[in-house]
Amino acid sequence: MNQLFSRNPEKGSAQKKRYTIDQMHVCRMHGGRKGDRGGSVKTRLIIFGLLAAFLLLGSVFSAHLVPYDPDLQDLANAKAAPSAAHLLGTDRYGRDMLSRVIAGSRASIFSTLLLVAVITAIGTLIGVFCGWNGKRADAVLMRISDIFLAFPGLVFAMAVAGVLGGGLHNAIVALAAISWPKYARIARSQTLAQRETAYLKAAKLAGSGTAKIIFKHLLPNIIGPILVTSMLDIGTMMMELAGLSFLGLGAKPPTAEWGSMMSDARSLMTTAPWVAFSPGAAIFLSVMVFNLLGDTIRDYADPRSRDF
Amino acid sequence: MGPVLEVRDLTKIYRRRGQSTVTAVDGVSFSLQPGECLGIIGESGSGKSTLVNMITRLTDADSGQIILKGREITRLRGRGLRSVYAEMQMVFQQPADSFDPRRTLGDGIGESLRNSGWSAAAAREESGKLLVQCGLPADFAGRYPHEVSGGQCQRAAIARALAIRPSILLCDEATSALDVTIQQEILDLLGTLRRQMGEEFSILFICHDIALVQQFCDRVLVMYQGKIVEEGIPDTVICSPSHPYTRRLIDSIL
Repeated sequence: MNQLFSRNPEKGSAQKKRYTIDQMHVCRMHGGRKGDRGGSVKTRLIIFGLLAAFLLLGSVFSAHLVPYDPDLQDLANAKAAPSAAHLLGTDRYGRDMLSRVIAGSRASIFSTLLLVAVITAIGTLIGVFCGWNGKRADAVLMRISDIFLAFPGLVFAMAVAGVLGGGLHNAIVALAAISWPKYARIARSQTLAQRETAYLKAAKLAGSGTAKIIFKHLLPNIIGPILVTSMLDIGTMMMELAGLSFLGLGAKPPTAEWGSMMSDARSLMTTAPWVAFSPGAAIFLSVMVFNLLGDTIRDYADPRSRDF
Repeated sequence: MGPVLEVRDLTKIYRRRGQSTVTAVDGVSFSLQPGECLGIIGESGSGKSTLVNMITRLTDADSGQIILKGREITRLRGRGLRSVYAEMQMVFQQPADSFDPRRTLGDGIGESLRNSGWSAAAAREESGKLLVQCGLPADFAGRYPHEVSGGQCQRAAIARALAIRPSILLCDEATSALDVTIQQEILDLLGTLRRQMGEEFSILFICHDIALVQQFCDRVLVMYQGKIVEEGIPDTVICSPSHPYTRRLIDSIL
């Protein structure tokens, strides 16, 4: 829950990077051995990439993978413990938990990726616009983003989702509304750093218009750190989306969604703990896979950290 | 035939909020004749780069006029400004920084051609020819800026500047970041290009090294604190400097 409310990724990564001299020494000493054990960045990238691809494919083909209809009720068989017929048991209406977890991946993973794609695109465009033009529009938009950054994110998202009403779409809109400023900040600072470089001046001298300069020259050169941030954000967003659903502000029953399934299973914790366990484990595993993938991509993108 | 480029009373003042103002370029006027190589010399901070940036319209002038082949370009924007760059090109000080690190040299050389309606294939072929003209193998078009040396990159930058067949080439300290032997090679290349193109091609050569200017330029302007303090044929300026700064500059070398 603590992690659920922490919305400051810089804080986390800064702490991770701040080594003491002793720790750096240890890192260097063990660097080689770590590589020998197969923990090199490339290996990790392949492993987590495959795991993430596996999750993604699972969510795409979830309709074909489910052993039972996830919405099919069987009250005679309600709250059944895991068995050969129902590997993860059944919930209070006798629906097969394995089927519901697989079907839920569509709502959870797909919505998360959509959300991250949307905030990355919107935030980047706003940030580039601000950094490129400067002046009043920049000042106004950046103060707005300051306001968004000043609020505790999930609380604000709850307020927005509450105003918009429940539903997965509104939850995505609410999270997008509060999450774009981080991307706008990164894109703006990158744009400011690149704006006066000679290659952009050269592109202007080659007769390229502003749109061409921004999309063909500037964006490819600043997109790296932004993409890394969005990869790191997938796990966080997945958790926040599940959190909103858990609070009843996201996916509505009977749609299978991990957050709302956990919420549904709260009262069954003592009598049928497997009902809460399976969506919880699904959230835990996919957030972990996407977080580790994000970490690995960050390491891979930064050549200085490739040795560790 | 009139001057190919004329600058009248050009001024740029940098204002810092609540602080003193800095007059980077202060009422500079000069003209560049067809086929001429005009050197501008001055210490760092004398306003040379600001002057060049104003002429290429990368910085807006506060007052004054820039006249390119009889057409005033001081306030042009958008399409009108883009047409100016068919007449005027620039070679930057740091060759490697002047190419997009994510695109090949050939892509950068062909960009102006593609923007003026050439097909991608024709532009690719032409950039190979231009590289050969500038003393590099044509297959350098497929290399990235970090894969070539500074001198090679500057040759590619010259090839890029020549692609659109401009009448004016501005070299803003184009040889300063290179070591002496490479400097000489680049100067030889520019000299060869001048001989090939004759009256059609003028160079504005910004430099802080008076020896290079003496060797390469027909005429020299000396800039000091944003003003042009001396003008003349390099040999004359060097032998009988009239302004104290010019005298100091020459003394510092001898």
